Amino acid sequence: MVQPLARVSTPPPVRSMMNSRLPWPLSIYQTAVGKKWVMGLTGLALLGFVVVHMIGNLHLYEGPRQVHEYAETLRNLGTDVIPRTWALWCLRIGLIAAFGLHIHSAYSLTRMSMNADQRYVGGRNYIVANFASRTMRWTGPIIGLYLFYHLADLTWGWFNPDFVRGDPYHNVVESLSSLPVAIIYIVANVALAVHIFHGTWSMFQSLGINSPRYNHLRRYLAGGLAGIILVGNLSFPIFVQAGVIDDDGRSFLEELFHGESVSGGEHQ
Amino acid sequence: MSRTCNFTLDVWRQAGPTAEGKLVAYEVNDISTDASFLEMLDVLNERLIESGEEPIVFESDCREGICGTCGLMINGQAHGPQKGTATCQLHMRSFNDGDHIVVEPWRATSFPVLRDLAVDRSALDAIVAAGGYITVNTGAAPDANLIPIPKTTADTAFDAAACIGCGACVAACPNSAAQLFAAAKLQHLNLLPQGQAERWSRTEAMVETMEAFFGSCTNHGECEEACPKEISVDFIAWANRDFIKAKVKNRKLAG
Repeated sequence: MVQPLARVSTPPPVRSMMNSRLPWPLSIYQTAVGKKWVMGLTGLALLGFVVVHMIGNLHLYEGPRQVHEYAETLRNLGTDVIPRTWALWCLRIGLIAAFGLHIHSAYSLTRMSMNADQRYVGGRNYIVANFASRTMRWTGPIIGLYLFYHLADLTWGWFNPDFVRGDPYHNVVESLSSLPVAIIYIVANVALAVHIFHGTWSMFQSLGINSPRYNHLRRYLAGGLAGIILVGNLSFPIFVQAGVIDDDGRSFLEELFHGESVSGGEHQ
Repeated sequence: MSRTCNFTLDVWRQAGPTAEGKLVAYEVNDISTDASFLEMLDVLNERLIESGEEPIVFESDCREGICGTCGLMINGQAHGPQKGTATCQLHMRSFNDGDHIVVEPWRATSFPVLRDLAVDRSALDAIVAAGGYITVNTGAAPDANLIPIPKTTADTAFDAAACIGCGACVAACPNSAAQLFAAAKLQHLNLLPQGQAERWSRTEAMVETMEAFFGSCTNHGECEEACPKEISVDFIAWANRDFIKAKVKNRKLAG
């Protein structure tokens, strides 16, 4: 039976119009575009952390003493003006806040989009959406779970029977020399690189940074950053598994440049 | 020389807004390759009427790609496989003889199906009504070129103004976001001197109306690919920038 073609006046909104408006600037976060903006800014902060973290981890190639010195440098940041570890804790609190906002905005925007979207029986045929952009909602939670595991493994030492508090080099080598753990790190860091590839490009759009003269560079930047992070972070589990980074008290660089004859290592 | 082709169609048939719909298979034979997709549906409808069946409801008006009335999801692609083309300008030569073609209406929660392939796009009208206008004195038309506008600015505004409001951007978007439509409607006014007076109130009103009906953009870029006017996602970035600026400029300073 054919139903009458009565025109439905504007369909009901899928998202309730904001009837209670928070004071500025919190009202920005109430809107979806505002949430995307926060997501871009927190993503930028987290990306900065990931890059610095990867570069800092390269000390693993220098040896246990240098890793320890790097860790001490971080704890001593700003000790001229504020007590020891305060600056580090400020950075940590900032990162936790960025993570919280990034996850909350992603969650609520995903909910909003799922309410707005309807399935096609024959499916949508995606033309330019790439693997990275289509899997942001999968790579994100993978990175979140991995982050928890990573902290539990190397900061709190829950999963590592040989964990020594305050000896990061030893802990990293102990953890990553187990094959299942190395596989977890590899999978998670591939997910991280995929997430960064779309996130970096998407950030420019969300923050409204767009100039036709330079737009083509955004994809190169996204690919370059994702590639550098991927290569840097994957090198640690792979080189520990390969025995290049090991706990014999001699660093990779010493073995590389001084051969077997020179014994280095003040590590106990 | 035009050839003729045969196609198998799977067309979404739905008796009304609340009725259950389903894909119904139709054999359409002897279709000229010079026929447009809508003319092919016209031929099919003639045959359905002759055999006493209910014809397929679809929307169309100008049939020259400038009105934005038509719009079908063809094999999962908004407006079909040809880039920068509305359904009415898509010709059957874009398909091969014997092709199986799935035809569905635009799908989004805010695009309820009225019947068969026709959907209600009033939600897009609501976005425009929220601020897609400028305020001018009525009376005699002003002199041409009274307001100097740089050529590049005029060109960019015109690129945005090419939006015909068909809704393909929403249909193609995995989030059913209307960002490209709203951004085009915003930026063709926001870029020009005539649009400056209401720029910040317009931006806030149109974006927030859009958010009441549609999903959130995740920058896939499918909308630009589906757009029959090939409007760039750059406009989305500029609209995002204008929105944050609007939020700052429109804040209550006192009281």
